Amino acid sequence: MAAEKQVQADGLLGWVDRRFPLISLYKTHLSEYYAPKNFNFWYFFGSLAMVVLGIQIITGIFLVMHYKPDASLNAAGIPVAFASVEYIMREVPFGWLIRYMHSTGASAFFVVVFLHMFRGLMYGSYREPRELIWIFGCMIFLCLMAEAFFGYLLPWGQMSYWGAQVIVNLFAAVPLIGPDLAIWIRGDFVVGDATLNRFFAFHVIAIPLVLVGLVAAHIIALHEVGSNNPDGVEIKAKKDANGIPLDGIPFHPYYTVHDIMGFAGFAILFAAVVFFAPEFGGYFLEYNNFIPADPLVTPPHIAPVWYFTPFYSMLRAVTDVFTWTFVAAALLGAYGFYRFKPFGQMGAYAGMAAMLVLAVLFRLLDAKFWGVAVMGGAVIILFFLPWLDKSPVKSIRYRPSWQKWLYGIFVVNFFVLGYLGVLPPTPVGQIVSQLGTIYYFGFFMLMPLWTPLGEFKPVPDRVIFQAH
Amino acid sequence: MSEQTAAKPLLGLASEVTSGNSFDMPKGAEPSRRNWMIACGAAGGVAAAATAIPFVGSMTPSEKARSAGAPVEVDIGDIAPGGVKIVEWRGKPVWIVRRTPNMLASLKGTESQLADPKSDRQDYPVPDYAKNEHRSIKPEYLVAVGICTHLGCSPVAKFEGGSASGISADWKTGFFCPCHGSTFDISGRVFANKPAPDNLEVPRHMYLSDSRLIIGKDEKGEA
Repeated sequence: MAAEKQVQADGLLGWVDRRFPLISLYKTHLSEYYAPKNFNFWYFFGSLAMVVLGIQIITGIFLVMHYKPDASLNAAGIPVAFASVEYIMREVPFGWLIRYMHSTGASAFFVVVFLHMFRGLMYGSYREPRELIWIFGCMIFLCLMAEAFFGYLLPWGQMSYWGAQVIVNLFAAVPLIGPDLAIWIRGDFVVGDATLNRFFAFHVIAIPLVLVGLVAAHIIALHEVGSNNPDGVEIKAKKDANGIPLDGIPFHPYYTVHDIMGFAGFAILFAAVVFFAPEFGGYFLEYNNFIPADPLVTPPHIAPVWYFTPFYSMLRAVTDVFTWTFVAAALLGAYGFYRFKPFGQMGAYAGMAAMLVLAVLFRLLDAKFWGVAVMGGAVIILFFLPWLDKSPVKSIRYRPSWQKWLYGIFVVNFFVLGYLGVLPPTPVGQIVSQLGTIYYFGFFMLMPLWTPLGEFKPVPDRVIFQAH
Repeated sequence: MSEQTAAKPLLGLASEVTSGNSFDMPKGAEPSRRNWMIACGAAGGVAAAATAIPFVGSMTPSEKARSAGAPVEVDIGDIAPGGVKIVEWRGKPVWIVRRTPNMLASLKGTESQLADPKSDRQDYPVPDYAKNEHRSIKPEYLVAVGICTHLGCSPVAKFEGGSASGISADWKTGFFCPCHGSTFDISGRVFANKPAPDNLEVPRHMYLSDSRLIIGKDEKGEA
């Protein structure tokens, strides 16, 4: 049992604190949460992601006051949902601003989250003891993708409609239950009113609730073990006489001020996009989506919004011939289990058997299903990162230089895949995206082999920091 | 008032706690109680899980959506040779293509390049009367669902051959899916090594007269 708490404060604060752990929460998470003093530019994006979540929730509430999830046609022959978005844009006072904040916020969310994840990748923030922070983060990313996908159907434009049609049909590729699963998700034989209404429910209630819960879990786990830093050094290893990390500074006021500065910079860019380029050249709001949904006419070119395109490219890369690459990978995996026995003798037999079965399945099931599996796998593989990385150091600063090149190519590759996903399919693009898919998965799956190799630089005992 | 309550415990249960000692746990395991607790917990868990049935069920197509899947009657007398008529059935576009002899001739040369020339795959089973080269009851008319079997886009007609089609110089005639580049011949059969695994779906259909067609229904019943 915890000891009886001593409340020093009096007045209203004392009254509250005797009934609610207000002061201790404030201390644990702000004034006595010691974060490493060497945070750099990359550490803005965690707090910015929370800011964008706030923007999305607030603007979302006000949009729901005017939006109607209804696919039926109004007197003018326009779907009600589409018309209600136009109504927000043209007739609701400041409706255009709130909607542009929401649509720009969606893209901004992915910008800051991609940067936040890349920060984790560079500095090894997913390594022990921060595996759970990383896993909660991956779940947040999955929720974010679901949230973006469900939200994109709501304006009920051509891109909304056909994008949803394509993604829901991904589930039809699942062996045996696929077609029934797709009908169950749509609630109809085609994307229709039932689909629109349930996507609305997921977008405004279900996913945001889960998202907020996961963000809380992400931060609670972070504050339990403490933040990583660009040197990947554990600051808790060196403490002063009072048990405070020597290289730690209280989150408040130091990092609250730091993050407010980051927010100021973000707000300038955000406002610039909202006011001057809300469509962002067709990347944030696709032009085809200004045409009402028409179930009988597919737009000549369907592309998802930019943040899905790297994964979409990997989906498109999987053709029947390309699945032979997977067979080769599975056979190599089987050899790996035989040669290295990472999980003991029994593990080696089980692993080899699983790999051989997989090799057969790669050819037995449709390439279409494996395309879907690759797209999902590209996100799922991130969950395993803490156990794939076997490097003796956390931070990229102390890794061999050739490994930095691998990370650099990974980033370029991600951009190339993203760019190809925007374009219509071409034979050259297909080959490039196939190579890109191999690199993306090779980077992660071969980590146990390449991360321990090479000359590592000595890791300092304490963080490296020059005061300004 | 409070004294009375203290003197007479509820239901007359004597309690050790009131005597000033702390509460004692009963000594030793009680397997019978534990088994009952596990059994009750399991039964309750099954009941709780079963409450998912109405929620999952509520997401299946409603009666209204099911009845909207009724068969559709079409007049095909006004389609010119080489023309297409598109009707909506179950919310999907169904193409009725009136093929010219040239188009039908193009089916001869392509068989070796197709993924499933005989329509043997069972994901979208072809009715027996359309399990032939022209994939239809009458060679002249193709009836097919205009939804790509890859991810559900609607392919476009590319009836003109050669490089003018924008596909390839040796393109004869057929359909092209703009989303992921799958190509189909004029019978809706998919070319090999394209993203789409299956030929275009041929819905159940039958002729009511020479110029009247019903889609979604044949002699064997409704689709």
